[in-house]
Order: sequence, then structure tokens, then C-alpha cells
Amino acid sequence: MNGEPAGRIHETVDAVYRAESRRVLATLIRLLGDFDLAEEALHDAFAAALERWPEAGVPDKPRAWLVSAGRFKAIDAIRRRARFDASQAEIAERFDGVTAESADTDDDGVEDDRLRLIFTCCHPALPPDAQVALTLREVCGLTTEEIGHAFLTSAPTVAQRIVRAKSKIRDARIPYQVPSLADLPDRLDTVLHVIYLVFNEGYSASSGEALTRHDLSAEAIRLARLLVELLPEPEAMGLLALMLLHESRRTARTAPDGELVLLDDQDRSTWNREMIREGAALVERALASRRFGPYTLQAAIAAVHAESATAAATDWDEIVGLYDVLLRADPSPVIELNRAAAVAMRDGPEAGLALIDAILARGTLVDYHWAHSARADLCRRLGRTAEARASYERALGLTRQEPERRFLERRLRDLED
Amino acid sequence: MKYLCMIYSEEAVFPTLPKAEVDKVMAQYQAFGESVKKSGQLLGANRLHPTHTATTIRIRDGKLSTTDGPFAETKEQLGGYYLIEAKDLNEAIQVGSRIPGAEWGCIEVRPIWERGAPPIPKAGG
Repeated sequence: MNGEPAGRIHETVDAVYRAESRRVLATLIRLLGDFDLAEEALHDAFAAALERWPEAGVPDKPRAWLVSAGRFKAIDAIRRRARFDASQAEIAERFDGVTAESADTDDDGVEDDRLRLIFTCCHPALPPDAQVALTLREVCGLTTEEIGHAFLTSAPTVAQRIVRAKSKIRDARIPYQVPSLADLPDRLDTVLHVIYLVFNEGYSASSGEALTRHDLSAEAIRLARLLVELLPEPEAMGLLALMLLHESRRTARTAPDGELVLLDDQDRSTWNREMIREGAALVERALASRRFGPYTLQAAIAAVHAESATAAATDWDEIVGLYDVLLRADPSPVIELNRAAAVAMRDGPEAGLALIDAILARGTLVDYHWAHSARADLCRRLGRTAEARASYERALGLTRQEPERRFLERRLRDLED
Repeated sequence: MKYLCMIYSEEAVFPTLPKAEVDKVMAQYQAFGESVKKSGQLLGANRLHPTHTATTIRIRDGKLSTTDGPFAETKEQLGGYYLIEAKDLNEAIQVGSRIPGAEWGCIEVRPIWERGAPPIPKAGG
């Protein structure tokens, strides 16, 4: 492979970077025991590749080459520092042990490293916003600018969260480990929650003009795929299914003029069949395990919608049944509200309205715009126009998202006709 | 690595408990104390006097100021601590979560600052 033109080598290194840099980083963190050191080493390893590969050719196992190059660069750096700083001497000594240790870069070991990285970034001792930022930075390789842009915060704020998280990992000794079997369910919940937060931020931006921020949703789906591949737990499959089934409706849920389109009014021919097939199959697998939880149940509900040819053909009885199971597994007023909407479809608006009024009477969800908007829809269907108007106005006062606001204003105008 | 597990709970509640309840809690603490002593993880532990005995010290611009009361004004107060040895935060959380007070109050786990401690978390597992 000698004598390849430098331009081609550059492209090859770029391609290897895109495909392997996160794996190489995950292994370097294990070998070096420090995030910052590992990131420097990763950078140095790719710099060395750009220097060496044009002459020596691309190695047979680029990833193993990069890990080994990164490790030696880091150890060199540590030894150099130790000569000037006595406190580094002990660390340098420890690294002599690391050098002797076999740097297992076989595929199994490397996959474990990626899982270690995910669980460390999503450690419950880190604040949630730091878990999200650190996961997007270290596992997905997003820049702090990209993360800041996606979450409408400044890059320095994101960078500071990441710096603090890394120093907590170091100072409090958060270990670089896949949790033990006993801790796995709780720890997996945190990881799934981080992935779902990323997805939701992309799917339904909490504020601002754009209704969806595509990159984040795609990133969340990529993360969940990786997790399912590394750790095929039912709830991980359930979450991946849920996100795929929501994502399948992305184009349908926004009109060409940017307006929000509700499920019943969506053009189902534009739903992504590929994603629906994959999502539905994952739901089946997760349900068959009998160890499923809330994500799988939500995905099962989304699958019933996805597989109905028309809104009218939806099996509302099955949906209400799934909500009943979900409410037992994960009681929450928002799920109760969704169940009430499904009951309204099955038994008529009056039945649904009674349930929603009962939820609001408890004082829960009074600040949740969708509760008032759902109530308004049912009043409208019952011909109770004045009540409908009051509820739409209430909802309008609570929403902060531009397309949702326009949607509610349109509904209010329609009431006048 | 050494960690300090601080036990926070509503200090006004304990003196109002019936004796049977107090005995039960003391027995739970006794059992926990013995188990971490046996495992070699216990380095020290003390029950603290209530917060009205606390003093917070600050030095500002070289001037010492002492104020009455604990540092944090919260619903729950620091009532005692265990100083433990654990290989990493996961182990410390594991031990801390077994302190009886975790069930009604909360436990703050803080790594102890050690000079010259290698800043490298143990890989593996």
C-alpha cells in the first residue's frame, strides 16, 4: 500500500476518524484512566497517522495502530511532565504498569469500552445536563458548539459543564465500568433517560422557532442502536422502537408552511415504512421478553397507530388497554391524559372530557398546555364552543413554542366559523 | 480512596419518636456499623449534636467571623457521619445507601481530599 498520493491518505484518515475515533477514545480512556489525557492522546494518534501513513501505508488494523500510538504518546507526555513535576512521578510509575499490560484491542474488549464510556458519561452522580453534554461530546463526538446550538445554550456553558463533569469523574473516582448485574436496571434507566432527552430535544424543541431539530433525534437513534447492539435489554429495544416510530412521522407532522399537523390529520402515505417495520419488530422482541417496561409499552401504542391504515381504523380498544398497563407500570398524569384522549376516541368525547376534568380538578397538569388543548378539542366536538374557546386560550397562554402557538390560534379562528 | 458519608435528616423528628421506634433505629445503626467495621470499610463515625450547637466559621479579608448555626439552612440537618474506605464512588454509594438514615433523610457522599493521590480512576470491571 506504499506510495499512495497524500490526498488519498488524507481522505482515508478522515474516514477512519469518522468510523473509529469514538472506539479509539473509549479504549484510551480505559488504558490511561483519564478523559483529558485520552483526548490528547487521540488527537496525537491521528496526527501521527497523518504523518506516518503516507510513507508506511495504512496499517492492516488502523484502530489497533491508533490505540497503540495514542497510548505511547500519552506515556511519553506523562514521563516528560514527571521530570519537571515531582507530583507526576508516581503517576508516571503507574504508567510503566500500563505499558506492560496487554492493551487488548480485540473487538469484544473494544465493545466493552464503548459500553463503559456510555455508563460513565451517564453516571447518576453527574447532573442530568452534564450527562447529556458529556454523552454527546464523548460518545457521539459532537463539538461543544454543536451541543450548545442544539440545546440553545452557549458553547462556553456546555464546555464548562463538561469540564466539571470530568473533574467530578476524576476527583470522586467514578469508575470506568459497566455496572454490575444488581445495579444494571437502575443504571440503564439513567442511560435510556439521557438518550430520550436528546431525542425529545430534537423532536420537539422546548422553545424557539423550529419545531424539530433533526440532528439530535438522529443522534439519539444512533446512540440507542449502539446500546441495543452492545446490550440487548428489552427496554433499550423499547426505547429505540419508540423513537423510530415517532421519527417515522416526522415529515407528516409538519405542513409545508411549517404548521403542526396532529396525528389524525397526517398524510399516512408519507410515514416512513422502513422505520415502522423496524420499530414494530423491536416492540415484538421486547414484549416477548416479558421483562419490558414503560418505553416498550409506549412504543407498542405508537406501533398500533403506525400500523393503522387510517385514523378511523385505529384499534382504540387496544390503545386504551395498553395505556392501562402503562399506568400501572409508570403512573403519571400525562399518561392519564393520553389515556383520556384514547377513551374519548373509543367511547365518545363526553367520556374523555369527564376524565380530563377529573385530572384537572386534582390540580395536576393545570400548567400543561396540552391538557387544556385536549379539553378544548373535546368541547369543540361536543358543540360547547364557549368552553372550547376558554380552554384554547388557556393553552395558548401556556405554550412557548411558535408552531404550537400558531396551531392553537388556528383552532381558535376555526371556532368562529 | 476515603469518602465521608454525611447523614442528613430532620433533627426535630428523632426526639419525638416513641421509645420502641428509637430502639429500632439504634439497632439498625448498630448492625450497619458492625457490618462496615467487619468489612474493613469503616474508618470513623460519630453522631453529632443538633444543629443549634453548630458554628460556622468564615474568614473574609483576613477577618474571622463566626456565625451561629449550621452552614446550610435546609429542612434537613447534618446529624452524623461515617468516614469510610471504598475503591471508587460506586462502592462508596453502595455503602452509603446502606446507612439507615438514607431511608428517611439523605446521605451526602464526599470524597476526601488526599494530597498526592493519583488522579486516575481504576479501570476495569
